[in-house]
Amino acid sequence: MIETRHLEVRVAGRLLVERLDWRVALGESWCVIGPNGAGKSTLLRTIAGLRALDAGSVSLAGKPLQDWPLPALARERAYLAQSRGDAFAYRVIETVLMARHPYHADRYWEGSDDHAAAENALRTLDVLHLARRDVRTLSGGERQRVAIAALLAQDTPLLLLDEPANALDLAHQVAMTAVLARLCREQGRAVVSVGHDLNLAWSGATHALLLHGDGQWRAGPVAQVMRADLLGACLGQPIAVIEHGGRTIFLPEAPAPMAGAVPIRRTQ
Amino acid sequence: MDAFLASTRMRRRSTLALLGACALAALLLAGLAGSVSLPLAELPHAFASLLAGAPDGMAATLLDLRLGRASSAFVTGAALALAGVMMQALVRNPLADPYVLGVSAGAAVGALAALLVGAALWLIDVGALAGAVVISLLLYLLARRDLGGARSGVQTGESSVLLLSGVVLASACMALVTLMLSVAPESRLRGMVFWMIGDLAGTSWRLLPWVVLAGALWMALRRARALNVMALHADAAVALGVNVAGERRFLFLCSGLLTACAVTTGGSIGFVGLVVPHACRHAFGPDHRILLPAAVLAGGGFLVLADTLARTVLAPQQLPVGVLTALIGVPVFLFQLHQLHLRAR
Repeated sequence: MIETRHLEVRVAGRLLVERLDWRVALGESWCVIGPNGAGKSTLLRTIAGLRALDAGSVSLAGKPLQDWPLPALARERAYLAQSRGDAFAYRVIETVLMARHPYHADRYWEGSDDHAAAENALRTLDVLHLARRDVRTLSGGERQRVAIAALLAQDTPLLLLDEPANALDLAHQVAMTAVLARLCREQGRAVVSVGHDLNLAWSGATHALLLHGDGQWRAGPVAQVMRADLLGACLGQPIAVIEHGGRTIFLPEAPAPMAGAVPIRRTQ
Repeated sequence: MDAFLASTRMRRRSTLALLGACALAALLLAGLAGSVSLPLAELPHAFASLLAGAPDGMAATLLDLRLGRASSAFVTGAALALAGVMMQALVRNPLADPYVLGVSAGAAVGALAALLVGAALWLIDVGALAGAVVISLLLYLLARRDLGGARSGVQTGESSVLLLSGVVLASACMALVTLMLSVAPESRLRGMVFWMIGDLAGTSWRLLPWVVLAGALWMALRRARALNVMALHADAAVALGVNVAGERRFLFLCSGLLTACAVTTGGSIGFVGLVVPHACRHAFGPDHRILLPAAVLAGGGFLVLADTLARTVLAPQQLPVGVLTALIGVPVFLFQLHQLHLRAR
């Protein structure tokens, strides 16, 4: 679905990802893992076409990203931003209906098919009861679920999500991860999501991309990439992988003595 | 679901019809009221002779004068309200108004310079227009990055460079205005102050503002859905296929043009561009598809009413209409703000 060649990601002159050759196929669910500031969100914005390329190329469905007209691109990929600032008092249902924008440049009002798609998406994320509410009155988790519902209503083969589990309670984190996994498995969509919860990533993803933040990266099926040694090196925190009752659980190792860490006071 | 859809569509239509009726009623009132009031019975005859193009008799002449002024009031108010909606969508702040970027301050410099040298009436309009255009161009150059050049558009979703440049340019213009007011001879001061407050006396039928208003409204309605997406998502609207950079440039140019048109007609009339869009959002919701036409009708009607009051309340003395819009606008705005605050709690 989406393919990068020799892609570079730079932020403020710093090279974060170097020569990324990466391919996301339909039916695959990728999680992007890395420490803060490793370029996860910037990479996502880059492959979403929201940012100019630093170097290298990105192609979507075999066609270079910059050759796609914006409305056609919006029917191929949906993007969930990390944060939202709501300046105006739109209703929940209106925000989800807006996700149908790429489908009808010619219509002034949405049709009943759009309403059906929006309702469906809201029901999937368990927020249909909020449909008439002003988005600015929602809690953080509710707002996040509404935003993900809008993403589903956009109905694209490729979904790019920047920390979709943000602010969600545990039950909805699990449910949302299951929804995304099901979309990949049953409808053959492709999902790329950035997240910090390794257990959630393991339960939902088929593939993982580790970004170290210094240019290094590693991509592959979760079983090959989400290993204790690789994750530990990537995140700068030793990780223990525990098999328990047929499940794999990731835990941070007990904190080591603070040797080599930044001292609180420096004496001269 | 379809019944719900049909009922909301019905409601939107009746909202606009009601606003249109109110605007017509305001125009009618403006025709009838004045220091010499026209009886309703004479209206059809006077109107017929007016339409025939040859106003004969006092009733028809009065109607011609009053409706000419009312039409300027309507188009000015409508342009200001529409520019206000656009500016609020551009900077994504419901408290912005068309003057926030200093277009009117630029116009004031031009108009007051013309008034200072005692230029002819049409030169004052030209001065105002030139001032507005110069400020707009300057602003465009300074804030090119905020208005988005490349397809990727802006990185931050903020309009801070645009807003701050506008505010700073506006204060520079106001300094020039103060300078001109302080060196102006006594005899010209009154005209200059009236221009600053906003005054519709002496305006009559003009085609150009109507053409600009109609064109701007038509183009804005075609983009109303994209404006919604932008108002909600800021730069992430690109992900929904909206050409954010293009739309921002459109909003900037269009609101600048409307504001320039309005201040050229009536001086810098305050509060219409802030209070009317705000009240419309409050009453009809933030959906631009309904908000844009509603703001045009409500803004036009509001200024017609305010202008009618301005020339009747202390008749034969005429007040500058800007005084009345501020006197009405401030309490209305504060009331809405208070309501919002209550609701948010």
